[in-house]
Amino acid sequence: MAFELPSLPYAEDALEPHIDARTMGIHHGKHHAAYTGNLNAAIEGTSLDGMSIEAILADLNAVPENIRTAVRNNGGGYANHNLFWQIMGPDGGGEPSGALADAINSAFGSFADFQSAFSAAAATRFGSGWAWLVTDGGAVSVTSTPNQDTPLMEGGTPILGIDVWEHAYYLNYQNRRPDYIAAFFNVINWDKVAELYAAAG
Amino acid sequence: MNDREGLSRRDVLKLAGSGALGLAMSGLSLADDEQFQLPPLPYAEDGLEPYIDARTMGIHHGKHHAGYTSKLNAAIEGTELAGMSIEEILGDLNAVPEDIRIAVRNNGGGYANHSLFWQIMHPAGGGEAEGELADAINSAFGSFADFKSIFSAAAAGVFGSGWAWLVADSGALSVSTTPNQDTPLMEGRTPILGLDVWEHAYYLHYQNRRADYIAAFFNVINWDKVAELYAGAG
Repeated sequence: MAFELPSLPYAEDALEPHIDARTMGIHHGKHHAAYTGNLNAAIEGTSLDGMSIEAILADLNAVPENIRTAVRNNGGGYANHNLFWQIMGPDGGGEPSGALADAINSAFGSFADFQSAFSAAAATRFGSGWAWLVTDGGAVSVTSTPNQDTPLMEGGTPILGIDVWEHAYYLNYQNRRPDYIAAFFNVINWDKVAELYAAAG
Repeated sequence: MNDREGLSRRDVLKLAGSGALGLAMSGLSLADDEQFQLPPLPYAEDGLEPYIDARTMGIHHGKHHAGYTSKLNAAIEGTELAGMSIEEILGDLNAVPEDIRIAVRNNGGGYANHSLFWQIMHPAGGGEAEGELADAINSAFGSFADFKSIFSAAAAGVFGSGWAWLVADSGALSVSTTPNQDTPLMEGRTPILGLDVWEHAYYLHYQNRRADYIAAFFNVINWDKVAELYAGAG
């Protein structure tokens, strides 16, 4: 069964002015759509057909070598963007509460310290990639990956991610990646992140 | 000074020196104290329209290339790398102190790659290579058309940020790619043509259509300059 491009859970202009409608439209309708199509083309008729994307990415060594790079890049792009749309929302921003807030305070000291660590990871990823808040056994940590690699490839569960490929921000922010990172905090859907944290167990 | 030839390093230093007085008066550090200088574009920002738009060129040169240049200077200030050429530095990254190696790799690569990139494009560019360079291309790839498709496929196939290159190594040519701001110089080979496929090189005008940008690039390649670099690579 083929992977499907999920619909955006809000309108393309819903994250304005922090993320502009044109960027959202191209990012979802062209970039995410292409990863989806390329992933499906790579796995069609192989032993991966029917597996979940999480199961595929968690064990890339089991992917036939002739499609491994295609699955890594496009499967990563498929999964990363699925998460990205979910953990943003027009009513986002603010800070987490409850068990997630406790885990963040425990790992980083405070929400402000987390925000600094996450922003620095996103700003210093050279080239294309992502910065992540990852949970592994209940503890949370910040990391970054190149290109479309994901913490799923190393057994961690990403519960928050920011895309720092230039396509995620260039139309509105050009070279000013730090401004985009700062704006991202205004659209984070912490309820969703908390739900993902709880589900990761 | 023929603008087709661009500026020599000495010209750049002279220009930078001439502007240094104002900087000194404003209390900033002397521009010519900096080892590496951002070279001016050898044509107007809109010189490559409609293939590469003026806004992209302005930001690409004035922000991205300028950023690599200043970060490179900051990384090497006061180290044993002061006084070395960028080619020497990048040709032996293992000799760079470990605490600045990543900064030098990324920003030194970005400095060198963009310095080459502006030179190998020109408003009067396009067409095909001639002379010895054409012979070398035909010898390596079969024909100019074959070279064009191999180079274009390489550029399209870079996943994420990087560059596609035409590289000379003892007279023989090959096409290769590098991630991020890595350069063939890091492997002892001489890039004589390069195409920046970081999204910042084309996103304002082409968005996700990298293939269109690659096709357009062939209309602005300065083959005279590429031939000069080929001859200089020996």
